[in-house]
Amino acid sequence: MDRIPILKMGRVLLVTIQVDMHDRLALALQDDLSERIVRDGARGVLIDISSLEIVDSFIGRVLGDIAAVSRVLDAVTVVVGMQPAVAITLVELGLSLPGVRTALNVERGMELLRAVTMEDEPDPVDDAGPEG
Amino acid sequence: MAEPSSVIPAILADDEAALLDEWIGEQTAAAQVRRDLLSEVELRQQSAEFLALFRRAAENGRLDDPAGAEWEGVRDLLARLSRSRAVQGFSPSETAMFVFSLKRPLFARLHARVTDTQALARETWTATTLLDRLGLFTTEVSQHSREEVIARQQQELLELSTPVVKIWEGVVAVPLIGTLDSARTQVVMENLLTRIVEIGAHVAIIDITGVPTVDTLVAQHLIKTVAAARLMGAECIISGIRPQIAQTMVHLGVVLENVTTKATLADAISVALRATGHAVTRIRS
Repeated sequence: MDRIPILKMGRVLLVTIQVDMHDRLALALQDDLSERIVRDGARGVLIDISSLEIVDSFIGRVLGDIAAVSRVLDAVTVVVGMQPAVAITLVELGLSLPGVRTALNVERGMELLRAVTMEDEPDPVDDAGPEG
Repeated sequence: MAEPSSVIPAILADDEAALLDEWIGEQTAAAQVRRDLLSEVELRQQSAEFLALFRRAAENGRLDDPAGAEWEGVRDLLARLSRSRAVQGFSPSETAMFVFSLKRPLFARLHARVTDTQALARETWTATTLLDRLGLFTTEVSQHSREEVIARQQQELLELSTPVVKIWEGVVAVPLIGTLDSARTQVVMENLLTRIVEIGAHVAIIDITGVPTVDTLVAQHLIKTVAAARLMGAECIISGIRPQIAQTMVHLGVVLENVTTKATLADAISVALRATGHAVTRIRS
């Protein structure tokens, strides 16, 4: 059975979904990812779905589950590059993926992950001022 | 009922050229004002084509059933003609006159050929019913094509009325004007999301100053749009909430959770600029 490759970049795991996800593939990805987060001690997971054109409620749920699982394992999940049609479909299905962070593209996603994983390290306080 | 065969096909076959001339004369007399929209050559060509098809259909088909298969050619021609005339600006009755004006030359020939009064009455009745039904057909088609035009314009208006404007690098805004229904929300959502990708926007501002009322359904649509934009990785700000609308929303129990809301577009822009790392400062006091 084919699997979706998981690449390691520093403390971030990078997953690019280039094929149409079917249910078994999605579940396999969830298994592999949870395994790899633990093995590699990853702090962030970046899932690029810019080539994904079709989603159903199951795939949507799996994405949510992956985020929840990695949160339990202390890693942050960012889903990047969602197509407009996919976003509309997910919203219409009632799946707004509340626990998942999103970004427009891989670059932005990496920035976000860097910012989030940096928070843990003792960092000089930024001067953004009080924000609501 | 065995209907005695009509002389109408024979008239059409024997006298086509003269009938055509007379008919065109009738049409130009009746529709003298429309010379600006339709050239004589075009009219003659259309009329000749109609007569030829009409003759063929009358020979093969039933004269009392213009909806039959033999009349398809005639109906096609009439449909094409009504449609093009509707676009050219003819009124439906002017278009119907194309068919109705054939009555006088045709009846004159029936009169000349049929001597028996009873037979004449019958022939006249057949011809007039047939032409009436064809005339009504043109009216129907032209009305239908006008409705198509209206529907298309509605669609265009829908798209025109929801522009997505780029405010600054990474910031887009949609000023919504008019009532939000499901169809419009769909268009707004699609436009907004596509532009977010194109521009690479971090922040999208939805300005509802021009939305007259916000009920639960409209709020639902807004929340959906915000959720879809968030899934793509852009943050949404809803601005332009008028005091009355804010009160209505609270009374209706509409909760815009996790959505940044601002009273004015200016506030929203300043928040968006700050979020993208820009600042607006006054250079003169």
